Amino acid sequence: MDFDLDDDDLAIQAGIRSFCAGRFPIEVVRRGELTDSVVDTDRWREIAEMGVFAIGGDGLTRRQAALAFEELGRALVPGPLVDTALAAQVSAAAAAGDLIAVLLHEPDPVAVVEFPAQARAVLRLADDGVHLAEGVTLDATSVERPLDALTPVGLLRTPPPAGDLVGGADVAARMTVDALVLTAAQQVGLAAGATELATAYAKERQQFGRVIGAFQAVKHLLADMLVKAEVARVAVHAAACAADGAGDGDPLHLARVAKMLAGDAALFCGKTGIQVHGGMGFTWEVDAQRYWKRACVLDTHLANGDRLAELVAAAG
Amino acid sequence: MDLRYTEAEEAFRAELVAWLDDVLPHVPPEPRRDDWAGRRAWDTAWQRMLYDAGYAGINWPREYGGRGATPTEHLIFLEETERRHAPYVGHNFVGLLHAGPTLIAEATEEQKAFHLPAILRGEHVWCQGFSEPGAGSDLASLRTRAVRDGDEYVINGSKIWTSFGHNADYCEMLVRTDPDAPKHKGISWLILPMDLPGIDPRPLPTMENSTEFCEVYFDDVRVPVANRVGAENDGWRVTMVTLSFERGTAFVSEMLIAMELTRELAGLAKRITSHGATRWDDAGLRRDIGRLSGELDALWALTKRNVSQAQRSGLVGTGGNVFKLAYTDLLHRLGDLAMHTINRASLSMDDLGELGTGKFVLHRIHGLSLSIAAGTTQINKNIVAERILGLPKDR
Ligand SMILES: Cc1cc2nc3c(=O)[nH]c(=O)nc-3n(C[C@H](O)[C@H](O)[C@H](O)COP(=O)(O)OP(=O)(O)OC[C@H]3O[C@@H](n4cnc5c(N)ncnc54)[C@H](O)[C@@H]3O)c2cc1C
Repeated sequence: MDFDLDDDDLAIQAGIRSFCAGRFPIEVVRRGELTDSVVDTDRWREIAEMGVFAIGGDGLTRRQAALAFEELGRALVPGPLVDTALAAQVSAAAAAGDLIAVLLHEPDPVAVVEFPAQARAVLRLADDGVHLAEGVTLDATSVERPLDALTPVGLLRTPPPAGDLVGGADVAARMTVDALVLTAAQQVGLAAGATELATAYAKERQQFGRVIGAFQAVKHLLADMLVKAEVARVAVHAAACAADGAGDGDPLHLARVAKMLAGDAALFCGKTGIQVHGGMGFTWEVDAQRYWKRACVLDTHLANGDRLAELVAAAG
Repeated sequence: MDLRYTEAEEAFRAELVAWLDDVLPHVPPEPRRDDWAGRRAWDTAWQRMLYDAGYAGINWPREYGGRGATPTEHLIFLEETERRHAPYVGHNFVGLLHAGPTLIAEATEEQKAFHLPAILRGEHVWCQGFSEPGAGSDLASLRTRAVRDGDEYVINGSKIWTSFGHNADYCEMLVRTDPDAPKHKGISWLILPMDLPGIDPRPLPTMENSTEFCEVYFDDVRVPVANRVGAENDGWRVTMVTLSFERGTAFVSEMLIAMELTRELAGLAKRITSHGATRWDDAGLRRDIGRLSGELDALWALTKRNVSQAQRSGLVGTGGNVFKLAYTDLLHRLGDLAMHTINRASLSMDDLGELGTGKFVLHRIHGLSLSIAAGTTQINKNIVAERILGLPKDR
């Protein structure tokens, strides 16, 4: 039994981290907020070239993919990353980064799709298998003020075409696990990013003649954030290992646990990060709000924390 | 990263399980909680059985009579013994997990030769005399004095919260040998036989009204200087060496109990009805159970990560602090949820009727001690904030 990252894992983690620092510095990410196309298609291709969408087979192991997606989450890289990585398992265009795919979620309570203007493929995970409609344009009313300015959303007017059945029930089941694990990894990245940002601020902002990070009330908030993020991270690694066939437990169960805890951690760290920033935390300028908003978006993906908690309880 | 156990680890498990299946049917039933003499005898008899089978001091080096098992094997040992409800380390706790490892690292050959085999065989029970009425979280401010008089130290002062203090043969004792030095620099570590004249352990009832720990008073207690471990005034360092023996396994048995209780609570919720519905029909309760059991799965993974790190580097580091913070918070919530579930049955520490509710009440109380003992939650948060996040130190 070993829980250690090997040299390949560490190289992939470092590679994606420096890729994000180079190609998705926060000024570049924020620029998407002012444009119609949040996803920069050239950079999207670069993400594909980094191998992030190539999971399984000769590509990344699930564990390596989890490390990569944690970095994408931490850097707030916008776009339907997990959805496209799933589509890439059945579509060459998605794998090459030429196609932006979105996963269709159940209308609950309304039929909201993400990236309606830029998505050109729709993926559906159903009981009978995986359905993919490539080369489609979504018929949706775009929303003027999405919660997360980096996740544009629209209300579907007509259901998108059903597309082709590209994989059986077993493939859909595997993709569900992948989707849960990779989303959870991104959520851990958000939780960690929010914690790092708030910690840096607490070391520099002064009140009452000392940095606010010297006050225990603030220290303990930051410690709470770190603990939540850290526990969620091991849950993600345990789930990714199980998905790789090198784990201890049922992959679907562990994947649900991972997304439940990572989602809770991202929401908690996002919100607490705003609190640590005081008034600055409530401004557009400071990124604390961006972590929280992305956390809110990802919590709704597949199943939110409360729904997952019920599923975990039902599994006994 | 591969969370499966290796063939060698599975072989270790199989051998252990075969032995446990063989001997456990012959272990007598656990004595009552307040039968301290009975419990000591029960705990130490189990230790003797472990010794005879080669499992005593599982994580101790072979040259000192231990098994020299890896941290992962230690994890497997704790997992299998707890799953089968084998006796817990109990009265042997301080000797096996604290005083013994300290002696291995710091004692003279003579001290080791006398004490280590007796700990392994369950012949000597140890207690820990660290905390004082005036020195808890700020342990280094302890004031119990040891004044040198020829070949002896003369000890005066008092200790508190000394678990098993009235049942122990030896005490690992921190005393102040230089009151003028900075607080960390004037402390010494002594082996104190508990039958010396002038030692007065007075049981201090816990909130369960059990006498698990004591106040211990010292009135001109004379102990040979030869009983000191490490140099005079170097006791703080000696103590810190012991802490570094932790291999990520400290709370494994504990946590397996919490996992079992969580499963049992779900079962109980399905059987308890009121207002025409079972507790399980309440989605809020189901979600709480789901979150608790998911967190326990994650903490099991964290334990594996800590153990794995200890196996590689010899140290758990701050992973242990993260674990304890998350785990004690979880225990408090599990306790509260159990109380809401069993409602009026929570008014008794003994089982009422057939539902078997007493253990939930006792475990909830136990949870309250765990966020205080061995470093309070607040101290742990300070440590996480300062050592991991690099925030300014307190004071
Ligand atoms: C069941 C049990 C068994 C024990 N067994 C033993 C034993 O066998 N041997 C032994 O030596 N000791 C033992 N202890 C003692 C234990 O280690 C101490 O209780 C613990 O270190 C806390 O010290 P204290 O009780 O003096 O609390 P205090 O240090 O007085 O703390 C009181 C409160 O103040 C807070 N506080 C203190 N300092 C700070 C700070 N710097 N920042 C923020 N908050 C702070 C604490 O978190 C706590 O909430 C045991 C305790 C328990 C509960």
